[in-house]
Amino acid sequence: MCRSGRAARRQDDRPLTESLPSPRRITPLELFIGFAGIALSGFGGVMPFARRMMVERRQWLTAAEFTDLVSLGQILPGPNIVNVSICVGWRFAGAAGIFAALAGLVFVPFWIVIGFGIIHATYGEVPRVQGAFMGIAAAGAGLVIATGLKMARPMIGSIQALIFIVLGFGAIAIMRWPLMPVVLVLATLSILVTAWIRGRR
Amino acid sequence: MKTTDTLLLMLGQFALMSLFAIGGANSVLPEMHRFVVEQQGWLTHQKFAELFGLAQGVPGPNMLVVALIGYHVAGLPGALVCTIGLIGPSSLLTFLVYRVWDRFRGSAWQELIQAAAAPVTVGLVLATGYIVTMAADETWQAFAVTAGVAILTVTTRAHPLIWLAIAAALGALGLL
Repeated sequence: MCRSGRAARRQDDRPLTESLPSPRRITPLELFIGFAGIALSGFGGVMPFARRMMVERRQWLTAAEFTDLVSLGQILPGPNIVNVSICVGWRFAGAAGIFAALAGLVFVPFWIVIGFGIIHATYGEVPRVQGAFMGIAAAGAGLVIATGLKMARPMIGSIQALIFIVLGFGAIAIMRWPLMPVVLVLATLSILVTAWIRGRR
Repeated sequence: MKTTDTLLLMLGQFALMSLFAIGGANSVLPEMHRFVVEQQGWLTHQKFAELFGLAQGVPGPNMLVVALIGYHVAGLPGALVCTIGLIGPSSLLTFLVYRVWDRFRGSAWQELIQAAAAPVTVGLVLATGYIVTMAADETWQAFAVTAGVAILTVTTRAHPLIWLAIAAALGALGLL
């Protein structure tokens, strides 16, 4: 919509515009290459690489702007880095920028993933290869457990957070309830409880 | 089922999951498992876990496990449909919110939603860990690898590819 209006408002928004030159244009090709680079350098979590590329190397964003976009990405559903790429693409090159950023971030590694999928489909039944895939599956499970534990670390002191971790885990892993109602009910409850506890302080 | 029916069904299901993927793809894995393994029987328990592990060993956002699932079910069109389905609706929502974000940035409820959603997300990610473990591990040796990788990843800063490679080698030697 009115990009000039946004630009005008940004001037007042000092903490976020501090070291950023006026909203400049970045070509879709640059966005494509930048996001492909992020995607190809990260395994599992690509966020640290995204920060290095966008804030430190190419200086598309200030540190505060990057943090702001990550927190926007967090409150919305979907992979956080994908959400960040949408915002960055739109901001610097409009609709073409969104598609360029997504193409680099998702559809470049996509072909590598498909390559592995073909290997898996072709050789997956060869005993040694099958054994290797069993090992990869076991390790992959360990990696995601570690991700969950690392995310839980800052919440250890909060009984309220622990209750919602247990409720979410129990509803999905033990009760095997469908995701949609579980997310709706638990997210709503969690927001209400958090607001209530803050209100009492 | 006709291929187009399969593709449409996958597109619809993954598009719906997209809007509930708080915290990203790791939160919706149990729902994908329910859909492709339990309801449709397109993949076995073990295959699902293998594809998940494989996606961890490939560079890129880890949501690309959906491309592997889609490829396994319906080839390249399946991979495209699942990937677009999972990122489409959430991306559209992000785009719409970003356009009005200047008004809400830094507001009290932004921080409230973030704080409230975080523990729910952790519960979902750990549920994914549980379900993938149950699908992947059939022997005590495999459980030991899962536990070992989880502990080493939390306590060291080594690259995750190292653990995947060691586990693949153990498996290839027939030790799991």
